[in-house]
Amino acid sequence: MPALPSDFPTTQVPFNASAAELDLLTRQLRLKLVQMSHAAGTPHLASALSCVEILVAAYWRVLRIDPANPGDPGRDRFILSKGHAASVLYAALAARGYFPPALLDGFGHHGSPLAEQPAPGCAPGVELATGSLGHGLPVGIGMALATGIQQRDYRVFVTMSDGECNEGSVWEAAMFAPAQQLAKLAVIVDYNKWQATGRSNEVMSLAPLHKKWEAFGWNACEVDGHDLNAVAQAMGRVPDGSGKPVAIIAHTVKGKGISFMEDDNNWHYRIPKPEEVAAAKQELGLA
Amino acid sequence: MRNAFAKQITRLAQQDERVVLLSGDIGNRLFDDFKAKCPGRFFNCGVAEANMIGMAAGMAMSGLRPFCYTITPFITYRCMEQIRVDVCYHDVPVVIVGTGAGLAYASLGATHHSCEEMGMLRLLPGLSVVAPADAHEVNGALTAALQHQHPVYIRIGKKGEPLVHAAPPAFTLGKAIELRDGNEVALLSTGTVLPEALAAADLLAKAGISAHVSSVHTVKPLDLDLLTKLSAGCKLIVTIEEHSILGGLGGSVAEWLAERTGPRARLVRCGTADEFLHETGEQEQAREHYGLTAQAIAERVRQELQRCN
Repeated sequence: MPALPSDFPTTQVPFNASAAELDLLTRQLRLKLVQMSHAAGTPHLASALSCVEILVAAYWRVLRIDPANPGDPGRDRFILSKGHAASVLYAALAARGYFPPALLDGFGHHGSPLAEQPAPGCAPGVELATGSLGHGLPVGIGMALATGIQQRDYRVFVTMSDGECNEGSVWEAAMFAPAQQLAKLAVIVDYNKWQATGRSNEVMSLAPLHKKWEAFGWNACEVDGHDLNAVAQAMGRVPDGSGKPVAIIAHTVKGKGISFMEDDNNWHYRIPKPEEVAAAKQELGLA
Repeated sequence: MRNAFAKQITRLAQQDERVVLLSGDIGNRLFDDFKAKCPGRFFNCGVAEANMIGMAAGMAMSGLRPFCYTITPFITYRCMEQIRVDVCYHDVPVVIVGTGAGLAYASLGATHHSCEEMGMLRLLPGLSVVAPADAHEVNGALTAALQHQHPVYIRIGKKGEPLVHAAPPAFTLGKAIELRDGNEVALLSTGTVLPEALAAADLLAKAGISAHVSSVHTVKPLDLDLLTKLSAGCKLIVTIEEHSILGGLGGSVAEWLAERTGPRARLVRCGTADEFLHETGEQEQAREHYGLTAQAIAERVRQELQRCN
């Protein structure tokens, strides 16, 4: 019988790792998110689970970054604007080699640099303190505008939640970026169809999201947000030659990967019990 | 003052290529010279202040030195959380300039008045709050803000304010400019109401009352050295501002004074009342309404001095 894979990568998973390696990594990341939520008693687990492939695509297939030089002025920027899903950002950065995975054990605990939602400069690779929604895109636009003034060539990727698209500042930003032809800017909407307490298309008239971004002047596309290759391809096309910023509407499932959490919005706030952590581990093929 | 702002920001941007100017769809033609001399560094951000402040934070994080400019209530109240989170929480050197501050746009109605914003912004950690009195102080404030490595808020007037200083005074953030010596009362003015404070000191002098006058252009951080000196020597400290008596210069001095031990001056706050101004009129009428004229200030000081004895 082959040995079981470890709970979490024991060595840094390199950029452009194989499909098999990244499949294992996404399962390990999901388990880590469940374990972190359990250990710290922190909510928003389902929100983190829904964007795992988006972060894996970004950090292992798209972003021109160097974990050994996180302050490189020419690096691509990745902003997790949905700061409540910070656990997935921390776990991805640790697996990518930005800091030791042992740091994840302190997540949400007193004295740890890794708070439930990221603070400024809390860990290498964290570009922005988020947690209040609707901030990441304007800041990302500022970073993208700086490329033109400073003659730099980096790209800016901002990952938002669908609930976040309720915020007026998102649409202020959405109107501004195309006017500046910010072709090196991309938004990825983690469109899991839920916000904190309701269906995101019932609370607000969000749909048709693709057409909204298009109407605002973005080159918009829709992808299966759990298809790593599809997400990586869409992100990798930036800048896509259209002269427009890119909006990637990533269709996702809240709580993805753990059957009893999928599309159940109770897991926006619920904390997994020990037996649920064990069941998740089993489902992920890591037990 | 806004012309002084446009000229000085152009000068600074010519000297420092990190400087960028973001405007909230105001200043028609005002920035033509900036645009010509510093191409690619002016952004009309539209009527979208939240996005403007967030973008400025992103630019500052990338090594630029953004100055944001629009009408005071819109660049403060409207986007308070962006100032708090994007700018102050990240402690990035964004300079926020509000024009037409206080009662400068009195005739446009209370939507355009800003008599509460210094009190709100003063609570944000790491943000300096500055109210220059004239064009010279605008120049000094902008230069000092560019040298400062942290966020700065500057509220300025509109146009046509008189020059108070005959020559550019030395300008340091947090250090008031002392204009008149006096030992009985201290008139501490912030912002464009300074000429009224000086005229009030003249009226008091005629009545035999010796009044110190300072331009306290920085409301945060307070010039505690000056306050300590004045509190020990004067009977009255009088704060004068086109801002609510709550939370601004008067509120700041009150907080400081309340914790002082030993003999100390009494405080009198001249400013706007805790209300919206519903009376139509120009800035002069609004000042009269709130007792922010030289005559009203001098009379108030005479009355308060009598209560001291």
